[in-house]
Amino acid sequence: MSDIAERVKKIVVEHLGVEAAQVKEDAKFIDDLGADSLDTVELVMAFEEEFSIEIPDDAAEKIQTVGDAINFINANAKS
Amino acid sequence: MFDLTGKAALVTGASGGIGGAIARALHKQGAAVTLSGTRAEALERLKAELGERAHAVAARMDDAADIERLAKQAEAAMGKIDILVNNAGITRDMLSMRMKDEDWEKVLQVNLTGTFRLTRATMRGMMRRRHGRVINITSIVGVTGNPGQANYAAAKAGLIGMSKSLAQELASRAITVNCLAPGFIATPMTDVLTDEQKKGILGRVPAERLGTPEEIAAGVVYLASDEAAYVTGQTLHINGGMAMI
Repeated sequence: MSDIAERVKKIVVEHLGVEAAQVKEDAKFIDDLGADSLDTVELVMAFEEEFSIEIPDDAAEKIQTVGDAINFINANAKS
Repeated sequence: MFDLTGKAALVTGASGGIGGAIARALHKQGAAVTLSGTRAEALERLKAELGERAHAVAARMDDAADIERLAKQAEAAMGKIDILVNNAGITRDMLSMRMKDEDWEKVLQVNLTGTFRLTRATMRGMMRRRHGRVINITSIVGVTGNPGQANYAAAKAGLIGMSKSLAQELASRAITVNCLAPGFIATPMTDVLTDEQKKGILGRVPAERLGTPEEIAAGVVYLASDEAAYVTGQTLHINGGMAMI
């Protein structure tokens, strides 16, 4: 569980070029971390790759915070 | 100016007249090139002619899996793809009344759908590196229309609309997406025209001659260059004045 959270945060830090301290679970990708719509698509694709899962478009739309991403992956990831 | 040293380019349809000239020109400016097309032998010949910094990957643009493989192999061969030139294209000319579904679909599939798929498969790396050039070879007939080419003209016009959309999606990542629209160019494709047909065409070209593949390639070099970073969503017409749009 914490492992997934760490991996998600690492991807967000790398991708958005933000400080690790900013990547709190309630941080919103767009409002708090400066992501644009293209960034959110790239993040979803990066999560899919890292965790070997598929995130359907309607689920991806609901992933707005770091915590949303962690919860979705916890519920759907095999590894 | 227009130095492409250190850049990596993938050119489809490189076994054809215009595609070969484009690959040679990009290579001459210093880029590594991956040549793609359906005729493996012709690709290997061009690869041997270019020498260093040249790779060949045969692929079919009507096959989704083959397109994925092409993107992966080109990226593996060159380490990245900075410049994608979607030049592959086919014609299946026939007046619309007599045009078969199959001829319509094949032309759309290769010229439009194949281009979209290959662009989608390469844009991720470009986004990550915050740099990219996509150059789609369309045609004057995509803008003017041409009797007997409803399928071809539709596909080429489709490329223009697609490119404008992609240009807007990708501009913030320093990726430009442009079209280049050749007029009548001297290639094996136009060699088969009769003298009378050629005369008819030239009557509509103010420059009074066919264009050369090198003149198309020069436009591609420009659009691929760092100097053209602020040019996106545009269509560059190279046609001897045949249509002024």
